[in-house]
Amino acid sequence: MLMGPTTHRDVRPRPRLAGAIGGFFARLGWRQVPVMFAAVVLVALVLVALTIPLWTPYDPIGLAGRRLQPPSAAHWLGTDALGRDVLVRTLFGARYSLPIAAVVLVVAVGIGVTLGALAGFLGGIVDNVLMRLADITLAFPPVLLAMAIAASLGPGLVNTALALIIVWWPIYARLMRAQVLNVKKLDHVDAAIVGGVTPARLLTHHIMPLCWSPIFVNMTMDVGQVILLAAGLSFIGLGAQPPTPEWGQMIAEGASNFYCWWIALGPGMAIFLVSLSSNFLGDGLRDVADPRTRQGG
Amino acid sequence: MAVPLLDIKGLAVTIPTRGGERAAVSNVDFSVDRGEVVGLVGESGSGKSLSMLAVMGLLPRQFGVSGSIRFDGEEIAGAPERRLRALRGRRIAMVFQDPMTALNPVQTIGAQITEMIRLHNAGMSRAQVRQKALSLLEAVAIPAPERRFDQYPHEFSGGMRQRVVIAIAIANDPDLLIADEPTTALDVTIQAQIMEIFAGLRAERGMAIVLITHDLGLVAGLADRMSVLYAGRIAERGPVGPLFAAPRHPYTASLLAAVPSIDDVSERLHAIPGTPPSLSERPPGCAFAPRCDFAVPACRASEPDLTRVGGSVVACHRANDPAFAARLKEPA
Repeated sequence: MLMGPTTHRDVRPRPRLAGAIGGFFARLGWRQVPVMFAAVVLVALVLVALTIPLWTPYDPIGLAGRRLQPPSAAHWLGTDALGRDVLVRTLFGARYSLPIAAVVLVVAVGIGVTLGALAGFLGGIVDNVLMRLADITLAFPPVLLAMAIAASLGPGLVNTALALIIVWWPIYARLMRAQVLNVKKLDHVDAAIVGGVTPARLLTHHIMPLCWSPIFVNMTMDVGQVILLAAGLSFIGLGAQPPTPEWGQMIAEGASNFYCWWIALGPGMAIFLVSLSSNFLGDGLRDVADPRTRQGG
Repeated sequence: MAVPLLDIKGLAVTIPTRGGERAAVSNVDFSVDRGEVVGLVGESGSGKSLSMLAVMGLLPRQFGVSGSIRFDGEEIAGAPERRLRALRGRRIAMVFQDPMTALNPVQTIGAQITEMIRLHNAGMSRAQVRQKALSLLEAVAIPAPERRFDQYPHEFSGGMRQRVVIAIAIANDPDLLIADEPTTALDVTIQAQIMEIFAGLRAERGMAIVLITHDLGLVAGLADRMSVLYAGRIAERGPVGPLFAAPRHPYTASLLAAVPSIDDVSERLHAIPGTPPSLSERPPGCAFAPRCDFAVPACRASEPDLTRVGGSVVACHRANDPAFAARLKEPA
């Protein structure tokens, strides 16, 4: 077959997303089992959170049956002290916990990455001021600090998120700063300077694109942490308020009816599953992103 | 006489260490005319890269730079960052030693070349920029540039990457190209191809090139003039032909003797005894005296000044000694 000089026949279309996901699992080897599990759990939970109002058998804040019923065919995880279905409430809980985790992480990473990148890139006074600020925040136990902030802002989901963001940004600021300091030393950055690239463009186009992988890995690991801490704040009454079917709040209600173990079982299992899954996913991502833990070549 | 394109006078670079400021480069004079290729030769640590990084304004702030660096008549030593940025990439460009690390690993090479073109040609249309980038890839003899354009650096071999680095460097037709050991990291066969590209750039675009290297063969093949640096000072400087035929400085002579010859059947390679002095242990007199076969007491007493001998300039106390010149040709 005749081919012109500029033919593109030998250029296979680059497999983009599908290929990347396939390659990800291929590189994981046997470790893909927990990662698969995690991915299935998280995807399923997101789907449920999105669609549950369309197919729920009961109202999450309305009467579903007699109160304090143990698990049965009608109520798979029983009913709580007000006669609401625990399973339905648990599934509705994903509509609060998952968005909180997402918002907190996105905002905290946004703030942390920006400040960390500036600190690492500019150095000097900027670096000192920003990093001491981060140090001060990190010096407090995160639970305690989040409690104090949430308490002073007043209870509620929005304030919980705000408190968690304040607790979380320094972690990402430090991570990003360390990455920028490393990448800054690479030859291609000098090459870009020699080409006349402006400092702002240097940072956004030649340094930051190489800094993201540990950030993403840390984010997946932190999903569980954020949900756990948000639930913790709700449990002690600083987060979601009744009758919101938030997991921490539900566990608190279960605690006051301690012998009806099924009330806390639903939300407890949900928190456990999400935390475990996000950690599995983070571990898997880290193994792939970090060449030192990569098996084989 | 026309103003040299690059004119360095009395350049000194000091490095802060725990023991105080150390002079890594001192009193270096160096000039490059338009369209000229000048070799800058020396061992590792002799200050050759440091001098050129000073020209680009790339040294860390803690390093002390003094002396005059004039580019096309304009003083650029200590010039504001904004002014340097306007020169960099547009009028002065640089090729780094290691092509494996000099490219941004997460951008396609097309993006990296077009960035350089756009940076200095704001008015160009997308199509024009792409066209120009492709022609640059062609100029450095990269086969199938259309296909290579959208590939990432990891899809290129070392030699191909160095071609890309060169393509980026020459994107805006700079007047001066500083090549810092451009072939050190490459196979010998690839070296020849890269040097051919440099020769072509000089011939076709009239580009002046500073060739930093410790490979005398490269200098002999391409450069018009050369400067030999030893321990941060100029040891000898002059036109390549006479300098190779009749080195006036014992260090230059030893360097030349150390180059293995294809006719030489002896089994041992010629090496210069000893090592260059470290930054903190510069001897009081001539820095080369401890390793020099011809050193006399005067050499250890005072530093030799640069003196003109024939076509070259030499920093050696014995440069004008005719008996010494005769002995130099047959190294011990």
